[in-house]
Amino acid sequence: MSRAVRLYLSLLTAVLSTLVAAQDVASFEKKTQVKTLANGLTIVVSERHEAPVFSFYAHVDAGSAQDPKGETGMAHMFEHMAFKGTPTIGTANYAAEKPAMQKEEEAYLALQHERLKRVGNDPKKLEQLEKEFLQAQEEADKYVKKNEFSEIIEAQGGQDLNAATGEDETSYFYSMPANRLELWAYLESERFLHPVLREFYQERDVVFEERRMRTDSSPIGRMIEQFLATAYSAHPYRNPNVGWPSDLASLTRTDAQRFFDTYYVASNMTIAVVGDVKPDEVFALTEKYFGRLPAKPRPEDLHTAEPEQVDERSITIPEPSQPIYLEGYHRPDFRDPDDAVYDAIADLLSEGRTSRLYRSLVRDKKIAAAAVGFTDFPGVKYPSLFGFYAVPIQGHKPAELQTACREEMERMKTQDVSDAELQMVKTRAKANLIRGLGENSGLAAQLALAQARYGDWRELFYNIDRLQKVTKEDIRRVANKTFTATNRTVAVVETVAPPAPASPNGPGGGR
Amino acid sequence: MTGMSLLQRKLLKSIILSPAFWRRISRDASDVNAAGAALRPEIKKYWPKCRERAIKSSTFPEILRPKARLRIAIPKRKPAELAAGCFLLLCTVLSIGSLALAQQSWQQVPIPPLAKFTPQEPNRIQLPNGMVIFLQEDHELPLISGTALIKGGSSSEPAAKTGMMSIYTASWRTSGTEKKTGDQLDDELEAIGAKVETGAGVDTTSASFNCLKENFDQVFADFLDVLEHPVFREDKIALAKQQIATAISRRNDEIDSIAGREAAKLGYGKDSPYGREAEYWTVAAVTRQDLLDWHKRHLSPNNVIFGIVGDFDSKQMESRLRAAFGSEAKGTPYNLPQIPVPGPKSGVYLAEKTDVNQSEIAMLGVGIRRDNPDYFAVRVMNEIFGGGFSSRLFKNLRSKQALAYSVGGGIGAGYNHPGLIDISMGTKSASTAKAVAALYEQIDDLLNNPPTEEELKQARDSILNGFIFAYDSPDKVLSEQLTYELYGYPKDFLERFRGAVEKVTSADVHRVARKYIDKRKLAVLVVGNPKEFDKSLAEFGQVTKLDISIPTAPPGAKSASAAGQD
Repeated sequence: MSRAVRLYLSLLTAVLSTLVAAQDVASFEKKTQVKTLANGLTIVVSERHEAPVFSFYAHVDAGSAQDPKGETGMAHMFEHMAFKGTPTIGTANYAAEKPAMQKEEEAYLALQHERLKRVGNDPKKLEQLEKEFLQAQEEADKYVKKNEFSEIIEAQGGQDLNAATGEDETSYFYSMPANRLELWAYLESERFLHPVLREFYQERDVVFEERRMRTDSSPIGRMIEQFLATAYSAHPYRNPNVGWPSDLASLTRTDAQRFFDTYYVASNMTIAVVGDVKPDEVFALTEKYFGRLPAKPRPEDLHTAEPEQVDERSITIPEPSQPIYLEGYHRPDFRDPDDAVYDAIADLLSEGRTSRLYRSLVRDKKIAAAAVGFTDFPGVKYPSLFGFYAVPIQGHKPAELQTACREEMERMKTQDVSDAELQMVKTRAKANLIRGLGENSGLAAQLALAQARYGDWRELFYNIDRLQKVTKEDIRRVANKTFTATNRTVAVVETVAPPAPASPNGPGGGR
Repeated sequence: MTGMSLLQRKLLKSIILSPAFWRRISRDASDVNAAGAALRPEIKKYWPKCRERAIKSSTFPEILRPKARLRIAIPKRKPAELAAGCFLLLCTVLSIGSLALAQQSWQQVPIPPLAKFTPQEPNRIQLPNGMVIFLQEDHELPLISGTALIKGGSSSEPAAKTGMMSIYTASWRTSGTEKKTGDQLDDELEAIGAKVETGAGVDTTSASFNCLKENFDQVFADFLDVLEHPVFREDKIALAKQQIATAISRRNDEIDSIAGREAAKLGYGKDSPYGREAEYWTVAAVTRQDLLDWHKRHLSPNNVIFGIVGDFDSKQMESRLRAAFGSEAKGTPYNLPQIPVPGPKSGVYLAEKTDVNQSEIAMLGVGIRRDNPDYFAVRVMNEIFGGGFSSRLFKNLRSKQALAYSVGGGIGAGYNHPGLIDISMGTKSASTAKAVAALYEQIDDLLNNPPTEEELKQARDSILNGFIFAYDSPDKVLSEQLTYELYGYPKDFLERFRGAVEKVTSADVHRVARKYIDKRKLAVLVVGNPKEFDKSLAEFGQVTKLDISIPTAPPGAKSASAAGQD
């Protein structure tokens, strides 16, 4: 870059900084308020009166990292169950349904008990128990009004209704016309006040299909599952958040109810509402409806910490698909003072066509179709991984990508990044922050996450401030500390011939 | 904890609905404004994606945005409900709050009228040279973004050079201009957090920008330079070709990409511009001259629609744009091709993939054009049949029979050609035949049983009560107008849509279902692992095995030495 250009750029950057100031915490303070109800539930409200609509994001501070032993997939399974209704929604007759569900559950527990016997389980008895369970299930199903909860939301104009389970948290979200604010408060509070876990075992099959789609039938899905199971030995980040198949097949409604009782307590939940709403009104309505959730202590946090890695780990996965390269390095959790440094490194390596991995592996060496460095994988709440992911160009081998990625790491350890490069990262972070403020649903998610994780929504802005303070020395220091052989896990997908396509019953297949 | 990782975490999360399905039921997705997406497309392509089915039928998937200046009707609450609501409210206040509330039903929660909202229409001007410009002020944030849509996309590229528009778009911006190389532009724009990007769709190519308003002068100058003076450097063309060849070599890795591709090939025809695939030799055949010629032929002001949205003064911006674009001379008008969609040959088609335990199933047929008067009834039918948590497919095949995680579909509608009927689901290998039979049952049910009043109300309410989301931001209103301009639809198409949906009856829905869906004419596509199927698919008709192996040379040619095959 010529000196003139550089001068020009630094001038522009100065302009940008003053501009960003207009979108800073102070301006947001005026339209954003937070309140914690007596039961411990926290509500963040931010006004955006662009159109008569609002979005919400409900954050439950329990993700798959909280799955109990032997019950991997539970947080996610519960998320699915939170769409099944209440004693008044989703049922034709709850008084009759409740005992029928009770019977169904007893039948299932008896079946599972027999099934899990290591020694002496009786096939005849199993068959009988299976029959009894299916009968009880059918009986309970008679009272179900399928999907009534979601139907109400959709008919009332709800948009983008969905929910997600990550390693760190479970979230629920949609948008609604602004005049449905009270209806929203009613429905969402009912859902968490007394969810009825009807159709549990049918939904478990649905979740199994989700697992098949995401993991079992996808080479990348399979790779990520194996990679995390290799990189972690003790911490639950080692488990897939959709659950191991054998655990998933054994989850019960009783377990799910216990999970709900433990983790879905008001003090463990944060809700952000953004849009054409008045904070006083939101607080009054949440008080009225969410105030009904009982006050209970917050669940204990995890105590399992990942022990320090002693040597490099690696796994090679033979697949019929094309090769992929993935490696990861342990890093501390999001509260670490170096958190922003990892963000800066990820940005330097990956963001746009100026990024180091793009320029080196894609543009110049022409060995990768894509190459990125990314942080916070698979979560942020607990010590996680900084990863490198690269897809070789046809004819090139993962080993070449490995070498090229490591060269970039060495460069980062031994040479300072340029001022212009570092400034680019900082400017981009500010611009991206601004771009994220103009949309209700995205803003609600960011505010809720910041409030839940740090106890203060303002951290959304402070995060960017912290990034502005990152120095060249920080980047070298953190790269040296992190990118070491003994801290590393490698996963390589290597191409092998696919299994023979055998179709014994002619072209249509079948067993 | 910012940046890429957020996206990546999101992709790895397990969610209640798959993204593809979510998109299918959320009617407002548009890529008109997404041309300058922050993430490099190749990363999106290779990072775990959850079953993104790319039916290549329309550049602007299912944009359904109501017309601006439209009053939102509020369903009147029945007096009885209101009274009950008030009574209950009183109980809550006077007595033991939570107990009374526990008895309350959702119908008793008051819904006040929605505040009157007049969405802001963009200002449309047409220059004497034919260029159409839409200006849309939005002062919420100090940002400005703009997109130039240029008529002509992959639907008009030569068959022997399929993939040309991918090379075009990938090397256009990265090559830069005579004044600045693409790498130089990258450095300068990234330093101010701005974007100038190029794109190509089925019917258009595009150049777009996005910046803080303070940088507008610089970024707009770069944008104009890229738009008007691309150079298409050989090294960037080679890089783009290499990337596309790699994508070809990987197109059988993920089952969803096989299913999406084969569905389009079956539905539109393997030689149709909407269905055909880039191959090693079609990519290799593209030259720099082809790209330069294309640009010259298509970029004339009367073939361009330009939309700009953001924090500016329209009057000033208008004179700015007139000065920037007004001096260009008119060129030959380019008309989008009319491409017939004869529809699939009925039968069962099987694409074998041995490393999966779940099958992707799709029932395919010919849909309709959006200017068909039946479109409105079709939309209501789609909502009832396969459009969300409330649909028959979701209720019966997912919630009740637990055969699928992802299931949905209906009759597709393109702007300038018939879309596809696409009814699809994913199910475990061992229930594949059962699922095909179940889909047929659902189709029978649709053809034999008109929707109940409840179903009709549910569908209409979802569409009408959610209408506000079609224009809740100025850029949505703008992109709607860009699309109508491109395809010559009336400006008030969505106003008409809204009025028409209100009038759709159960008989209308039944009529269009029977008119457009003929069970005997549907093609059934199954991608999966036949060894594990519950039954042979032969019971559904003659099974044609699809050869999905990746050819290295054109059919008939001998050589296997096509572009860089491993």
